[in-house]
Amino acid sequence: MSLDTATVRRVASLARLRVEEAELPRLEAELNGILGWIEQLQAVDTTGVEPMAGGGAEQLRLREDRVTDGGIQQQVLANAPDRADVFFSVPKVVE
Amino acid sequence: MTAATDFTIAGARAALARREISATELATAHLDAIAALNPRVNAYITVTPEVALAQAAAADAALSKGEAGPLTGIPLAVKDLFCTAGTRTTAASKILGDFKPPYESTVTSQLLRDGAVFLGKANLDEFAMGSSNESSAFGGVENPWKRQGDDAVLVPGGSSGGSAAAVAARLALGATATDTGGSIRQPAAFCGIVGIKPTYGRCSRFGIVAYASSLDQAGPVARTVEDCAILLNSMAGFDPKDSTSADRAVPDFAAAVARGVKGLRIGIPREYRVEGLSPEIDALWRKGMEWLKAEGATLVDISLPHTKYALPTYYIVAPAEASSNLARYDGVRFGIREEGADLKDLYERSRAAGFGAEVKRRILIGTYVLSAGYYDAYYVKAQQVRALIKRDFDQAWGQVDAILTPATPTAAFGRDETQDDPVAMYLNDVFTITANLAGIPGMSVPAGLDARGLPLGLQILGRPFDEETVFAVGGAIERVAGFTATPSVRAAA
Repeated sequence: MSLDTATVRRVASLARLRVEEAELPRLEAELNGILGWIEQLQAVDTTGVEPMAGGGAEQLRLREDRVTDGGIQQQVLANAPDRADVFFSVPKVVE
Repeated sequence: MTAATDFTIAGARAALARREISATELATAHLDAIAALNPRVNAYITVTPEVALAQAAAADAALSKGEAGPLTGIPLAVKDLFCTAGTRTTAASKILGDFKPPYESTVTSQLLRDGAVFLGKANLDEFAMGSSNESSAFGGVENPWKRQGDDAVLVPGGSSGGSAAAVAARLALGATATDTGGSIRQPAAFCGIVGIKPTYGRCSRFGIVAYASSLDQAGPVARTVEDCAILLNSMAGFDPKDSTSADRAVPDFAAAVARGVKGLRIGIPREYRVEGLSPEIDALWRKGMEWLKAEGATLVDISLPHTKYALPTYYIVAPAEASSNLARYDGVRFGIREEGADLKDLYERSRAAGFGAEVKRRILIGTYVLSAGYYDAYYVKAQQVRALIKRDFDQAWGQVDAILTPATPTAAFGRDETQDDPVAMYLNDVFTITANLAGIPGMSVPAGLDARGLPLGLQILGRPFDEETVFAVGGAIERVAGFTATPSVRAAA
């Protein structure tokens, strides 16, 4: 599988990364280099192998359904690049 | 008396207890050394003298009242991937801007609970993605070691290159680090110090900037195996705030260091004799085998047949998780913002301006392998191969108690010798990456110098949650190797 320019543009859009047209050829070559190298995995017989998700052998725990924090509005907002009152501000979304 | 910056952690603890030195003197000596050397070494992104001196004063008060904890007055560097309340945390990326976390990571809060003094935040590859520390938005780190008769700048390894360089150059007695594919063990080997990545789940990930959550694990770097054990005893432990944290008692790692290797079965995996392995590292590996045999261990030839698939597996799993984890950097809630015509444009411009080239590459690879139509061919396939890599180890534990391998395929390389080929850079992690995929503990111990005077490390891998055996084997190698060499760039004694 190899990426063409249109696919690189689409993936960048999915990843919400602005990519200038001039960068596309270089990115395309680099990504294809990495993907070509990854291709060797197809040689491994994985028939019937359960995919390993997560890094540990431990079962994930459930916690008690209880509020454990809150009331930290100012801390949550403290690092906002732009805020209005107690809200994060963004460009107009709904016309 | 030992110079303040040359202490081991164990030695400093004894000297503080005997009041031969005060915590303030110890902190000041390190801050002076940082002021002198950091402009060149660049091991710290942020130095926090006020924080350090206040913590040292509190340590001296505790010592005088006889209320010292296990790390009271011990000056440490903190990898700038750990959130520290009120102190800027960057992950070595521009995208976090002037982010000051309102909370403390669990690992650093446990070190503070035990009395540690934080000198500052250590440099790293951006978002811990790299093996040379060259992808830091705050500039590369200089390895304190030099080739004999050659002043060329060498890389300290990565991603915990600032942590390792700070400890090697005597700019901290120890440091926190993290390891997703070798980011503790490879820089420890390049800088001639000890580093351990514990079992996945041993240290809480709460408050550590996430790269690849199923692989990330915190651990210490320090100048001796015992010092690493002392630090890990403080850093490890169950944390309800991390759903993958292991609810297990933390053993006394420091007590395991002197245990010896008599009767242990040490596996030598034949697949680790890879193409491109430096002959000197191969020779050191054989020497390590002889040392352990002479100390009473038995060597066992083992096979880990899926080893050669570990790197390509990692470069699917890690970018996939990274593309998801790094979605949070959107220019809205924290970090830098670039204004845009609409919300999507704001996201795209902020992320393009904030992330460096390697981070963007991994986000794009990760997004692609998770996208519709490719998920099964790449991501599920990689998870299946990962299961086979883990199974290789599970089967090996039936025959052996620990595994001995080289830590890296080469010694530290030059800043200008780095290939532009990302895949060539990825090969640095060929020996370390399997431990992250399998979730097992691994340690790098300095064991010798190459012909040009650069340090080389051996790696010890262990069973899940059996760091004690890893410490026992590492301690034995350290004693027999008698590694006492010091880098040419270091704090003046």
